[in-house]
Amino acid sequence: MSEAVAPAPGKGSRGRGGPSLRRRRALIPLLFVLPGLAWLILFYAIPIVSQVWVSTQTGNPDDGFVQTWNFSVYPDAVSEYLPQIGRSFLYAGTATLACLIISFPLAYFIAFKAGRWRNLMLLLIILPFFTSLIVRVVAWQTLLTDDGLVVNTLQAIGILGPDGRLLATTFAVIAGITYNFLPFMALPLYASLERMDRTLLEAASDLYASKITAFRKVTLPLAAPGIFAGTLLTFIPAIGDYINAQLLGTPNQFMVGNVIQSQYLTVRDYPTAAALSFVVMIVVLILIAIALRFVSTRQLSEAAAA
Amino acid sequence: MAEADITLSGLTKQFGDMVAVDDLDLEIPKGGFFAMLGPSGCGKTTTLRMIGGFEEPTAGTVNLAGTDVTNVPAHKRDVNTVFQSYALFPHMTVAENVEFGLKRKKVPKAERKQRVAEALELVQLTELANRRPTQMSGGQQQRVALARALVNRPQALLLDEPLGALDLKLRKQLQLELSRIQADIGITFVHVTHDQEEAMTMADQIAVMNEGRIEQLGTASELYDTPKTAFVANFLGTSNLIDAKVLSRSGEMAEVEADGGARLRVPASVLPGSDTEVRIGVRPEKLDLEAIDDGSPSANGDNVILGHITDAAFVGVSTQYVVHTEGGDELQVFVQNSADHPPNLGPGRRVAATWDPTTTFAVNREESDGA
Repeated sequence: MSEAVAPAPGKGSRGRGGPSLRRRRALIPLLFVLPGLAWLILFYAIPIVSQVWVSTQTGNPDDGFVQTWNFSVYPDAVSEYLPQIGRSFLYAGTATLACLIISFPLAYFIAFKAGRWRNLMLLLIILPFFTSLIVRVVAWQTLLTDDGLVVNTLQAIGILGPDGRLLATTFAVIAGITYNFLPFMALPLYASLERMDRTLLEAASDLYASKITAFRKVTLPLAAPGIFAGTLLTFIPAIGDYINAQLLGTPNQFMVGNVIQSQYLTVRDYPTAAALSFVVMIVVLILIAIALRFVSTRQLSEAAAA
Repeated sequence: MAEADITLSGLTKQFGDMVAVDDLDLEIPKGGFFAMLGPSGCGKTTTLRMIGGFEEPTAGTVNLAGTDVTNVPAHKRDVNTVFQSYALFPHMTVAENVEFGLKRKKVPKAERKQRVAEALELVQLTELANRRPTQMSGGQQQRVALARALVNRPQALLLDEPLGALDLKLRKQLQLELSRIQADIGITFVHVTHDQEEAMTMADQIAVMNEGRIEQLGTASELYDTPKTAFVANFLGTSNLIDAKVLSRSGEMAEVEADGGARLRVPASVLPGSDTEVRIGVRPEKLDLEAIDDGSPSANGDNVILGHITDAAFVGVSTQYVVHTEGGDELQVFVQNSADHPPNLGPGRRVAATWDPTTTFAVNREESDGA
């Protein structure tokens, strides 16, 4: 193949002094990678390094910060904001679980039963995203407000006490996060279920599996890549979320995102904010590594190939 | 013939207005290799799926080993299916796939391992037990599907076009293998195919299906030598069909007159009822050609139809001629290229097509008679 394209053999066969064809071919994939690589370096690697750099500085916003390699900011920040960090993982985890419980039947229905309504239903899932996040959360504020329809109804049927409220509670924050991240769970789930060969369920029932067993042994394992992807896409951004806690909760519901935001923008204690960001990132990475041990990449790629 | 293993009575399946299977009665004998043969859309797969429990009949019953299983769900029926797409579980190894049914039946672990090993040996896949199906070729996947079904020792094995996705060479090889396995283990095989050669190679008995009904049931040679309907005559191989009037029915041979005036003899046993208008048939390879440049052909007891050659195609082992008869019919004639049959007959030659009267068959004159 290469002979056919290469210049005639003999003296000066390298043509106009450019690199050989083989070398040029080897460079082509690199060219494709370059934009992505530049993006990663610019917006990922450099910020991380600078974040670590900033986190160990000391000083104040008025006199400026100097690098003192003050690593004690890490234990200090963690011990001071442990409730918020813990809350972040608790709220994000609960919301992710709620997303999964709501999304699975939804995705299953769209993939297997919706027929010609399938595209419309998928559109409906992402439709709320045509408005901004703030508008959506404020809408929930209205929805859950003290004299609103929801609260009044729940009070009338006795689920909420006469003074009970939804707004400014943990429930409101978790519900808000769940609502706002639902598509990130539902869409990957749908994608993995939709790809599944329905004959596999017939095969399972042919091999004496009841509907429940077939679901447990075939549908669920084959949906694992979708569950995993959806969990990552929901859990990770939910940990850093602060809008829901800000607008639907009180300082008692504040998450680590609220702390980081206020440290950066209000208190302007940059080292603490940077250290907190970094701690959260490390914990998330550790959690992903643990999760990956349960869902092996081989299983992911094979289920995806099916 | 052995006792019936699967009995279908009045089995009907409608999808909306479309009748896929139409009042089907069928007895599938125990321990045999049974094929359901027909073009796509003839209802053969739907019938198989009703036996397997994947489709609910609109009417009629499915009887399995003497028990009515019409309302028994698939996972409680003692039959297993080899699906056309194999439907192997991609997230399990070959061994796990094969073990699936045994686990559901709560077979003890030691026995499970042994039976899986035996099943894999039967299909010669012992070395690949820990592979994933996605890493295997089509032929290997087909064998896994077979092992996964057979390991359960079902009352009957249902095969839905199991070789459809394989190339010709592999298909031939697996046809022989399937026949061998069936003979080895003696489970009833019900095989659905649209490939007449596949059905004839493997099956003891074939039901030819068309438009939701069984056209004819019989062994491969019965169906080939004495097809009873034009559909069967043309679906299994090629046939020459000639409309004729019955002249006499005395003795073993009846005499008929074809449209061109040729008088032909037909075994009386193949003529349907007491009709006078009949349609007789003969296979192209049963015909012989004789050039008649001068005089009349030597009849010596054979049936003779006169005509001229309109097309001759040399295909190696034989030459395929098209003969236009004096009665206006077109006859296909396959003549073997042996030493005494030099392929020297070209288009335009006047010929006599002759054949042994006993190889003549007769089909229903009207298609509607077949109902």
